This record gives sequence, structure tokens and C-alpha cells, in this order.
Amino acid sequence: MSRLDELSIEEASRRLASREISSRELTEACLARIEVTEPKVGSFLEVTAQLARQQADDADRRLAATGTRTSDTTALTGIPIALKDIFLTKDVRTTCASRILENFIPTFDATVVARLRRAGAVLLGKLNMDEFAMGSSCENSAMQLTRNPWKLDRVPGGSSGGSATCVAAHQALGSFGTDTGGSIRLPAAFCGVAGIKPTYGRVSRYGVIAFASSLDQVGPMASTTRGAALLLQTVAGKDPLDSTSIDAPVPDYAGAIGTAPTVKGLRIGIPREYFVEGLDADVEAAVRAAIGKLQDLGATIVEVTLPHTEYAVATYYIVATAEASSNLGRYDGVRYGRRRGEEQGLRDMYGESREQGFGAEVKRRIMLGTYVLSAGYYDAYYSKAMRVRTLIRRDFEQAFERCDVIATPTAPATAFEIGSRTDDPLKMYLSDILTISVNLAGLPGMSIPCGLDSAGLPIGLQLIGKPLDELTLLRTAAAYEDSCHWHRVSAELKP
Amino acid sequence: MPLDENEIRRVAVLARLHLGEDEVARLTGDLGRILGFVGKLAELDTSDIEPTSHVVAMSTPYREDEVTTGGDPDSAITNAPRRDGHYFVVPRIIE
Repeated sequence: MSRLDELSIEEASRRLASREISSRELTEACLARIEVTEPKVGSFLEVTAQLARQQADDADRRLAATGTRTSDTTALTGIPIALKDIFLTKDVRTTCASRILENFIPTFDATVVARLRRAGAVLLGKLNMDEFAMGSSCENSAMQLTRNPWKLDRVPGGSSGGSATCVAAHQALGSFGTDTGGSIRLPAAFCGVAGIKPTYGRVSRYGVIAFASSLDQVGPMASTTRGAALLLQTVAGKDPLDSTSIDAPVPDYAGAIGTAPTVKGLRIGIPREYFVEGLDADVEAAVRAAIGKLQDLGATIVEVTLPHTEYAVATYYIVATAEASSNLGRYDGVRYGRRRGEEQGLRDMYGESREQGFGAEVKRRIMLGTYVLSAGYYDAYYSKAMRVRTLIRRDFEQAFERCDVIATPTAPATAFEIGSRTDDPLKMYLSDILTISVNLAGLPGMSIPCGLDSAGLPIGLQLIGKPLDELTLLRTAAAYEDSCHWHRVSAELKP
Repeated sequence: MPLDENEIRRVAVLARLHLGEDEVARLTGDLGRILGFVGKLAELDTSDIEPTSHVVAMSTPYREDEVTTGGDPDSAITNAPRRDGHYFVVPRIIE
């Protein structure tokens, strides 16, 4: 491997620490790669080249002091990464890919961003996404289209589409996204990268623009599991500014994975409800082969059942839209964001600012959420969905009595064609059918590449873990990765 | 349960969205189909099931009541569409 932008985070980190390369060289390689590939892929809403160069030079100064008494480097010092445009970045425009925030310049950093800055990571820019993270294809961005680097007529998946494409196209070594119903895992699967949605509450959501507060969680993407582990351990842990963040120790994930992770004695559960009609044949074959590989490596395979799986999408689209309709009430044209129609008075100003500022899918979800919370419908929809959510949680609790980790496909099929699902919201919602239960149950989940279909598109293996047990997921994923080559196959950026 | 356009208009008022007539028509169809789909939940008997509003069991967090610098009024107001000093300016609300 000769190109610096193709390095994994762990390898780049090693070379930076030994001073074989500088952060400035690495950062320039990524910026040059962005320059060449961005017209094809469209990952970035903003490239912060000047900031990146300055941070890279700072990182090089810190790295030069390695081994001295004042040394304060981390594994991420000097590593160029990029962020979904949902994270508030002080003085760097943050839009959530919405017209309503098109000129919004945050005055503070999200906790995740502050922790990355402190660790010495280099920020390359802000990434495209579905508007307010509502979507499964990145096509709901009000700003631009992002294309799948494996086949440019395909969607990258969503909502964290840019977070997956920037890693797959080697524009950045790693990225962060958010996952409310699959928004990290689905694009990771579609773009052939590793992506983790940690346990609900594992990572602070302070300064992360809210979509559905009981489901939203922040997580990393990288070309390898070990790279993703280094990103996760930098940002995870209790934050006094987010009262829902969990006060539990964060393991040294990368250290605990080590050089020879094993799955010997691990019980891997296979839920039969995830291997049903409608599952693409290539996807099923690749995922079953990956499970077979884990068995060869010493894991025990057990069949488990998650009987309420078929109700998950319906439950999610009530809970998530109800919470979204409430969260998005703040965009009223008063304190920030786009203002329209103030000549006609306050009510019209609210209505016009929101009507003109939000895109079609965001309005659809606000309307649905408002409806299910409105008088006369609350019990039939919202209250009902919260009870079914309990049943879905219990399914997992019972399954985890028999296994340590659950393995499934991440998505029923590989990346679909741009434009093919935009006319049918229900069809689009069903893209998340295999990821959504994990959010409802608050569990950690991850997707890693496990093959290519007959069209040459990546297939994702989803691993689901017990609460706060990201380490078992990472170890399992790393053991699998060490036995195969899928994470080393690169997208070719072809039509 | 079929939705009609008046129902959509009523919800749009609650949601503070000035929908155009074409949007009202489209959302009536879309929401009708989505509600038809989520109606699937009625198959399940949940009468004895406690609702889950949040997956992490937690109590209300308390902190010491200490004086901090708080937010900076200059920066808090920088993104306001219209402002006057440290105030947000809105249209007249009392006729």
C-alpha cells in the first residue's frame, strides 16, 4: 500500500508515532484525494482545508514531543477525519443538510468534537446526510447528492451517507455519524466499511442536532474494526452535559482487541426472523459464509428467536416521528435558522419559516409525529408503540440468555439505484428493517464488510451485542477481519 | 382508518406548517398508507405490557447549585435572524 490516504487509522497512527510520516503529509494526501474524487462522490458539504492544515501542524508539534516529559499524544493525534454535518462545530457552518439551517454557525463544539480536538484529530470537513438524519439513502439532503463509491449510480445508504463514502473513497481515514434506526450501519454496509452504533447513552449527544432523543446515538466509521475502536474509545463515556450519557467505565477497546482476537467459546445467536423471504440470495450466502467462518474460528452457533421483529418498523415510525415532531419544534425562525413571512405576524412567520425551510421527508415525519401524539390518537399509536417497544426489548433480553452476540445481515439487499425508492416512503422505510430493532432496544450494533454481490456491491454483516458490551462486538469483528480480506478491497469509483 | 384532507390541515396547524394544497393532497395519501402499515401493531395484545419510553433506567439527575459563567449573551444571539442588542426581535404578538 503506497498511498497515505489508503492507510487504516491504526497503521497511520503507528507511522505517525514513529515519525515515518507527518500529519501534514497525511492530511495533504487526504485533501488531494478529496479534490480528485469529490466531483464523483459528493461526500462533503464543506471541506475545512485551512483548519485541517493548521491542526495537522499542531499535531506534528505534539508528535515531535513524543517521549518527552510534556508528551500528550493519543492514538488519534494527527489522524484526518470528517464529521456528519449534524455535530456542532464551533465557527464551522453546521446545516444538518437542511435549508432551515443553511447559514447556521455554531458558537460551541459538541462534546464529541471537543474530545476529538483534544485528542489531536484533524478535521477535514463536514459530511452530507439525509436532512435531519431522516432517510436511508442520503437522497433527502437539501444540499447535494452523494453517490456510492462502488457504483456511482447507487445510493450510499443513509442517513450518514457522507460518513460512509468519505471512508470508502479514502477521502478521510475515519468519520463519525449518528444512528437512530440504522443510519451508521446501513451506509457502512452499502459502502463496505466498518461502522458501530454503540449502546444508547454510551456517547454524549451534547451538541448533536436531535432527531429522536430516545433512539439517537453517535458512532464511528473506519476501514477497519480496530480503526473504529480507536475512534470510539476517544469519544465514549459520561458527559456531565448530557444527562442520558451512561456513567460506566470505557475499556481500552483497541488494546483489548489486541493482535490475536479470538472467538473461541463465543456463542453467536442467529435469529431466524432475520433470514426470511425477501432477503437477497447473494446477501444471505455471504452472511452465512461469514457465520461459518466464525464457527471455524471456534465460535458456537445457536439458533435464537426475536418474535416481534416484524413489528419493529411500525413501532419505530411512531416513536421516532413523535419525538422528531417535538424536537423540530425549535425551528421557528426566532432564535436561529431561516425566517420567512414575518410581515403577516408571528403565527405566519412560524408556518412560513418551517414550510420553506424543511424538505418533503422532514415535513412528512413532523406531520406523522404530530398526528400520533394528537388528542384522540395518542393511545392508539404512541402509547401502543411504546408497549410494543417493551416486547422488542424483551425479545433481545431472552435471546441474550442463550448467546453472547447476535449475527445477521445488516440490510436485506445491497445498495439500490439512486431515485428508485424516492417516490415511495414506505419502501424506503423498509430499508432499515434489520437495523431498527437494535435502536428500539438501545443495544450496540455494528456492520462490517463480509463480501460482494454479483454486481460488485458490498454486503454487510451485522453484529448485535448486550448493553455496554461493545468490546465483544469489536473482538468478534476483528477476529473475522483477521481471517478475511473484505475490508482491504477498495471501491473503484466507477459508474 | 382513512385520512381526509381536513384532518391533514388540522394537523398542519398543530405542526405550524403552511402546507400548499398539493402537499395536503400528497400527505393525505402518504400518511394514510403509513398509518395503514403501522396499524399492524393492533394485532398485538399489549394490555399487560408496560410502555418503554426510554431504554436506560435512570432517575432525575441532580447537580450542585453553583454559580457558573453560563452562556455568553453575545454568542447566544449571533445566529438570530433579527436582533436588537441582546434581544431576539419577533413580529408584534398582541394585536
